[in-house]
Amino acid sequence: MSRVKVLEEKHKLATRWFHWLNFPILAAMIYSGLLIYWSYDPYRIGLGNVTIFHFFPKGFYELTGVVQQLAIGMALHFAIAWLFAINGIAYVLYTLISGEWRALTPDRNSFREAAHVALHDVGFPVPLPPQGRYNAAQRITYSAIVLMGGLSLLTGLAIYKPAQLHWLSATLGGYEWARWEHFWLTMGYVGFFVIHIAQVIRAGWANFRAMVCGYDLKETEINTNGD
Amino acid sequence: MATKPKAPKTPLSPEQELARRSRRSFLALGAGTVGAAAGGYWIHSVMGQDDLPASLRSILGVNERVVRTALYSDRHLARTYPASAIGKIKVNGEIGMEEPIDQAAWCLDLAPLGSPARTLSIADIRSLPRFEETIDFKCVEGWSTVTQFAGARISDFTAKFAPGSEKAAYVAMRTPSKDYYVGVDMPSALHPQTLLAYEMNGKPLEDRHGAPLRLVMPVKYGIKNIKRIGGIEYTNERPADYWFEQGYDYYAGL
Repeated sequence: MSRVKVLEEKHKLATRWFHWLNFPILAAMIYSGLLIYWSYDPYRIGLGNVTIFHFFPKGFYELTGVVQQLAIGMALHFAIAWLFAINGIAYVLYTLISGEWRALTPDRNSFREAAHVALHDVGFPVPLPPQGRYNAAQRITYSAIVLMGGLSLLTGLAIYKPAQLHWLSATLGGYEWARWEHFWLTMGYVGFFVIHIAQVIRAGWANFRAMVCGYDLKETEINTNGD
Repeated sequence: MATKPKAPKTPLSPEQELARRSRRSFLALGAGTVGAAAGGYWIHSVMGQDDLPASLRSILGVNERVVRTALYSDRHLARTYPASAIGKIKVNGEIGMEEPIDQAAWCLDLAPLGSPARTLSIADIRSLPRFEETIDFKCVEGWSTVTQFAGARISDFTAKFAPGSEKAAYVAMRTPSKDYYVGVDMPSALHPQTLLAYEMNGKPLEDRHGAPLRLVMPVKYGIKNIKRIGGIEYTNERPADYWFEQGYDYYAGL
């Protein structure tokens, strides 16, 4: 018996394309969304007359160059939304049809296991539970992100055509709530991005390379005495 | 994109195979990054321009066609509210209303499709059935205010004063000064909630809200809801539109 390295497929070609296409598309959606949000920016963290943080401070708008760009922002947002929707729907269909969803969706143990993963990741001496391609925390987070994408599409449509899609706007709590939900979903992506990047850096180069080229080396035992 | 390497004489080791795949994929990622950066640079270059680039205009045109063929219906009504929900609407546009209006001298220039132009008085408008609606008035900026309006439906107005003009593709409206002007597609103009309004929140329309007559259509953003209408024309040519010329979507439908 001896140990050798073999090539192991970590991520399918389609998954990698969907993932990497989504990155610039979502970035463009967030930026064009900011061009729109600037012209009416009521959201804040606070209670009553006390505001802890207002989205966004004047300096942030000036820094990002979004001042007085509503018309171009709307046009960009409603153009790139097609790409966001098509890429997202194609990804969900691919995941369902190929069976890849099984590696991605949480099961009944995931929430308990995710707590262990989270404790382990912040430094507690908790053993990591056994995992498949994704650990429990990843399963929950990645599934949530896909759901959030769907909600962004729906809340976006509810804001885009609140009269023609009145049933959708009403389901989401009305026009103003739909806009609030749309905003906070976007804040969710920004939060996800920060944690995601930190975790990718922690996981190391081979993990990142696998998301780009799809493969990594895996050690395995083979029988070498000719039996 | 990388080309396929020649078939090796000996099979590649797993390490070599990984390196080969990795090289190809990172080249593709690099090309994609350059493409995305070019896209970002293009967005940066079109910002701050007076008009939209033709490519974005054509996509907005596609969106309009999709909405008008697959989604729009005059049976789809904007939500209505109880009077208790009425808020305080702000005055956001004064273009075409800089000069004070002389209500007594006001008249409406009407140009039906294919028949002679005529002039109407406010009494003519008030002779039509009065409709009242409390709707959420939506500004293109993103805010909205529940407001009550009362006036005549354009469908009734057209049937009485410009019969046959329903066949036109558009309605053009302008202020008496011609400084503010909008074009509205006929289905949106004939929507049952589209009003030529002369009352707001239970009172005669105030000057700053467009007295004596303004357009109210909850199926469009406020930029199309022209105040102080001085002229109405039915036409098959797409009319000039003030905010379209400033880079906004022509349709601006909700």
